[in-house]
Amino acid sequence: MNKLKALFAGESVKISLLSIVLGLLIGAIVMIAGGYNPLLAYQSMLEKIFGNAYDMGEALRAIVPLIFTGLAVAIAFRAGMFNIGVDGQIVMGSLGALMVGNMISMPPIIHAIVAIIAGTLLGGLWGALVGVLKTKRGINEVISCIMLNWTALYLSHMVIKAFMAEEGTSRSQSIQESASIQINWLSGLLDGARIHWGFALAVVALIAYHFYMNRTKWGYEIRAVGNNNHAAKYAGMNVSQVVIRTFFLSGMLGGMVGTFEVLGVFKYMAIASATSGLGFDGIAVALLGMNGALGILLAAALFGSLMYGAQGMSFGANVPGEVIKMVISIIIFFAAAPGMIRWLLNKTKRSKQANREG
Amino acid sequence: MEILGFLINGTLVFATALIFAALGGLIAERSGVINLGLEGFMVSGAFSSAVTAYYAEQAGLGAAAPWLGCLAALVFTVIFSGIHVIASVRFKANQVISGIVVNMLAASSTFFMVKLLFDGAADTPVITNVFHRIHIPWLSDIPFLGKALFQTYPTTYIAFILVIIVYYVMFKTPLGLRMRAVGEHPGAADTAGVNVNRLRAWSVMVGGSIAALGGATIALTANSSFAFNTISGQGYIALAAVIFGRWHPVGAMGAALFFGFAQALKDQVQLYEFARAIPTEVFYMLPYVLTLIALIFTVGKGSSPAALGQPYEPGKR
Repeated sequence: MNKLKALFAGESVKISLLSIVLGLLIGAIVMIAGGYNPLLAYQSMLEKIFGNAYDMGEALRAIVPLIFTGLAVAIAFRAGMFNIGVDGQIVMGSLGALMVGNMISMPPIIHAIVAIIAGTLLGGLWGALVGVLKTKRGINEVISCIMLNWTALYLSHMVIKAFMAEEGTSRSQSIQESASIQINWLSGLLDGARIHWGFALAVVALIAYHFYMNRTKWGYEIRAVGNNNHAAKYAGMNVSQVVIRTFFLSGMLGGMVGTFEVLGVFKYMAIASATSGLGFDGIAVALLGMNGALGILLAAALFGSLMYGAQGMSFGANVPGEVIKMVISIIIFFAAAPGMIRWLLNKTKRSKQANREG
Repeated sequence: MEILGFLINGTLVFATALIFAALGGLIAERSGVINLGLEGFMVSGAFSSAVTAYYAEQAGLGAAAPWLGCLAALVFTVIFSGIHVIASVRFKANQVISGIVVNMLAASSTFFMVKLLFDGAADTPVITNVFHRIHIPWLSDIPFLGKALFQTYPTTYIAFILVIIVYYVMFKTPLGLRMRAVGEHPGAADTAGVNVNRLRAWSVMVGGSIAALGGATIALTANSSFAFNTISGQGYIALAAVIFGRWHPVGAMGAALFFGFAQALKDQVQLYEFARAIPTEVFYMLPYVLTLIALIFTVGKGSSPAALGQPYEPGKR
């Protein structure tokens, strides 16, 4: 556990930056091997991100969920645990928000607030379940997360089909307009890009995360358990309670993603054959961002815009957008094994020295 | 009785891929390396076998095509298991993350290659020369049992034979003893003269190729093609089978059969009037919920390999 912590906390920014460069470079090599023009591809990616007001707004829209999933994964990492159940917590968050947004009528603003609370809480409880299973029955969180992801997915389908089915489509009915959290004037300014209050809350969440982890007793407990849970126990901390609380918070952050996607972006829930995968992207964000608030913001901005820009690559340069997914996984590959970059650096240093001497 | 026969037969068919993948995962995990990359190995196996079988078929190799596909799956997947080895064994990266990287990389790169090879198509063309059910002479004529057990794909039989082989190697040979030692107490194994990291590397790669056969099974029996959603989570279920089966080949086989049964049940039960009132999702959910419940009642501490997830650093106790 303590090694896990060290892996995520102590590494220098240099390794993250080199990972990004290597990822993009290898992506370019793959494109050349496939007979594509990587320069044109990256150029059309950038054009897609910064091309016009709408695209810039939509790129921002794509970054918001990654900030939350990055935080959700990071808080569990800090406690020395893996939350790969963020995907399921997102589903439960969406479901909670959708049920309140669709089935209950309330005045505007209050409706939205109640829907946000419902989604966030449901996600949190779904996460806490992982913590309970871990502490009470010793079930490895990785395995319970996987099971709960699929359970959440099918549970949501069941509820949607039973209460909110939109006949003839594979999605739910829409939420009532009073529960929407889209910022209409800002969306209007950005040619209809789906900007919502979740963006503001993401900034709040980043700051809150920073203070919670570094300035409060509860954050200290999480870090202590992550560093050495035996020592934490010896120091009188209730480790089980810290674990469950961490998963509850992590699940809440995941639940918020689902909530905002429903209330701010899509207004409905799709009946999809698999979960969104945003939770797994959160692992990438937390890892590259080294579990810090600022790092997570930057990593989410990078990955979010890369993913959004990928659409432009297939459109502008005819390159399959999957290349970007490859680039992202290569970046995490290097970021996860910092020893590799150090080894490469040593190698080049040594060969330079050899050149000088020889 | 006839329904029961179909149910057993369906269970075997669905369980086959999971047995391969679970055995592959088990070999790596017994040597101390967490294998979340099973999903990626299965994707890689499904992709390489489908593409190879397709081109073999085009070249007129006919019935040999699916077998060549399986061979390709074994070889091709070394790329991805090699990545897992480099990151988690050589450079001591976190093994869970390394596995997730493998999954992401396998999913994106195979989909990229399918688009590249087949002019932007999202899946490979349908392959006609796939594995077909074989009727074992005489045995398949036995009423009930014949239909249940002896009319199925060759891959299914291979999977069950492999369970016996893995069991034998792991528990009855010196190699197996070393493997388990490396997973339980690498320091002691090192003292006894075992090259810990080399053995772990081999375990991950052999396991990866076996898991790839699971992917190939899906592509070359049920699907007859490869698309991005051919595997869709089966690798994770196989990992659950490893844990549920307590890191024992026979246990993992039992867990795989259990998942296979849940899937077969879903298909069979929908034929009945009384079952239509139950939402389909209940049957989809069943394997996952049942696994959780089973884990709640069975998991005790100390059933996993003691050194699972810990990179080996000589000189450190």
